[in-house]
Amino acid sequence: MSSLSRPQRIWKHLRREWQLYLMLLPTVIWLLVFLYKPMYGLQVAFKDYSIFRGVAGSPWIGFEHFQVLFGNDQFIRALKNTVIISFYSLLIGFPMPILLALMFNEVLNQKFKKSAQTIVYLPHFISSVIIAGIVITAFSPSAGIVNTVIGWFGMDPIYFLTKPEWFRPIFIGTGIWQEAGFQSIVYLAAIAGVSPTLYESAVIDGASRWQMMWKITVPAILPTIIIMLIIRIGNILEVSFEMIILLYQPATYETADVVNTFIFRQGIQAGQYDFAAAAGLFNAVVAFVLVITANSLSRRYSRVSLW
Amino acid sequence: MANMNLYSRGDRLFVITNMVLIGLFAISTLYPFIYIASLSMSSGFEARAGKVLLTPVAFTLEAYQYVLSDSQFWISYGNTFIYTIGGTIASLAFIIPGAYALSRPQLFGRRFWNLVVAFTMWFNAGLIPFFLNMKDLGLLDSYFGIIIGFAVNGFNIILLRNFFESVPQSFEEAARMDGANEFQVLWKVYLPLSKPAIATITLFCIVSRWNGFFWAMVLLQDEDKIPLQVFLRHTIATLSDDQEFGNSLMNANYSFETVSAAIIVCSIIPVLLVYPFMQKYFEKGILLGGVKE
Repeated sequence: MSSLSRPQRIWKHLRREWQLYLMLLPTVIWLLVFLYKPMYGLQVAFKDYSIFRGVAGSPWIGFEHFQVLFGNDQFIRALKNTVIISFYSLLIGFPMPILLALMFNEVLNQKFKKSAQTIVYLPHFISSVIIAGIVITAFSPSAGIVNTVIGWFGMDPIYFLTKPEWFRPIFIGTGIWQEAGFQSIVYLAAIAGVSPTLYESAVIDGASRWQMMWKITVPAILPTIIIMLIIRIGNILEVSFEMIILLYQPATYETADVVNTFIFRQGIQAGQYDFAAAAGLFNAVVAFVLVITANSLSRRYSRVSLW
Repeated sequence: MANMNLYSRGDRLFVITNMVLIGLFAISTLYPFIYIASLSMSSGFEARAGKVLLTPVAFTLEAYQYVLSDSQFWISYGNTFIYTIGGTIASLAFIIPGAYALSRPQLFGRRFWNLVVAFTMWFNAGLIPFFLNMKDLGLLDSYFGIIIGFAVNGFNIILLRNFFESVPQSFEEAARMDGANEFQVLWKVYLPLSKPAIATITLFCIVSRWNGFFWAMVLLQDEDKIPLQVFLRHTIATLSDDQEFGNSLMNANYSFETVSAAIIVCSIIPVLLVYPFMQKYFEKGILLGGVKE
């Protein structure tokens, strides 16, 4: 082997293993064409982009778009809304699946447990268009069930989806309703890994189920909880903007418009591609830094990391 | 789960309260679906008046007749099938060989290639550059664009690669002895052993394709190419202002609410049909995904 030169070794390796590279090729080409080429296209954020000149041909203008961006009230508002919506989703939405997993774990009747799980996992698989359709129908001022119930208490109907103060509760509530069940799977798996002998000896010591839940189950799944929390914090700018596009309207932009919906309107709908790409680049860089930070924190404190 | 004996009264109270709370949560999950189903089968007048709570009021299937007689509904339904089947096959065609190659220790620059895949999970250029790229490639309003443009997903590759890596080397030795090449080893040894992982990925692909909305809305302007989700959105967003629809209400037993509900039901049904098969796999899939490194 050592008698061969480097090019000869590579040639020999390729002749023997060419099939592997052939298998990898389509994926690599795909990634280059659909994900890495747009990264090259990100330069429009620093350019005065015109469709006719294309990405490479448009003139550079430096940080002008970013200066405009940070002086833009709508963008600042979108940034603020993103953080606020994420924060509340985290605060209320994060504990829910943990609680649900702990509760499922205390159900003794397996048939009941299985059916309840089947039901609460379901909304995760339903499209956001349908979920939004259900929300719009349920909260509609004339026919919606919510206003019917409000009517029983003698209150006037509220057109919820046009009220800025109602947007966040409805959006965050919908998210929890849709995902809490499915997210509990991770914690249920962690619970399933807890050694049964711990519970057996606790029973001998006369522990109640409530005590076992807090003293055995919760500490045992704490590492999983911490990792999930770190991942969530890393993704704090990831608001499910598809659902926001489906639920918001100009009347509620004040509380509903987030960075990605802002980019969508300014860029794809209004055609200000360069400006919107600058907003997107800002978002992507902050998100990237958050994920990297979250991951190194996770690696340091729990010795578990995404990579 | 631990111990099945219930000794104290406190424990019994705890278990019963717990079951009631879970029951309530499950009901609150299920109720909106029942409400929509009932709405779709109620008369338009009763629906408008907010009379529908749990079961259909003044039962009628006219909303379904309206939906099913709309040719646009069937076109979009057919398109969704094309995007779902085509997209899932495309995904598997890229992901399976790619993940296999990445799992092989002898692959030169393996760490680098893995990084090329994983980097796309942490950083993406965002909506605008992706959109402009699709435009430059001439993939607006194109079946091909939707099917191929979303075929690969870093997470799924890593998930399957992990699964392939966990298969003991000894399994392939017999095939190697027989002189099998890489394609044959993948096909005859790894694929049969990886059925659960591939089933999981297939199901995730099917569901995300069936439910895909945002990019279909952005990239497809041609009414004859839009999938069901975009059609559903158009209907919910514009039907109440539609003159023709408004006129048709005069002598009909449906309303905007019941028609929307009927389309929702029609597009949920296929998901409900595959859901029982999926449940077996997605719990495992989540766990596979949890051990990515």
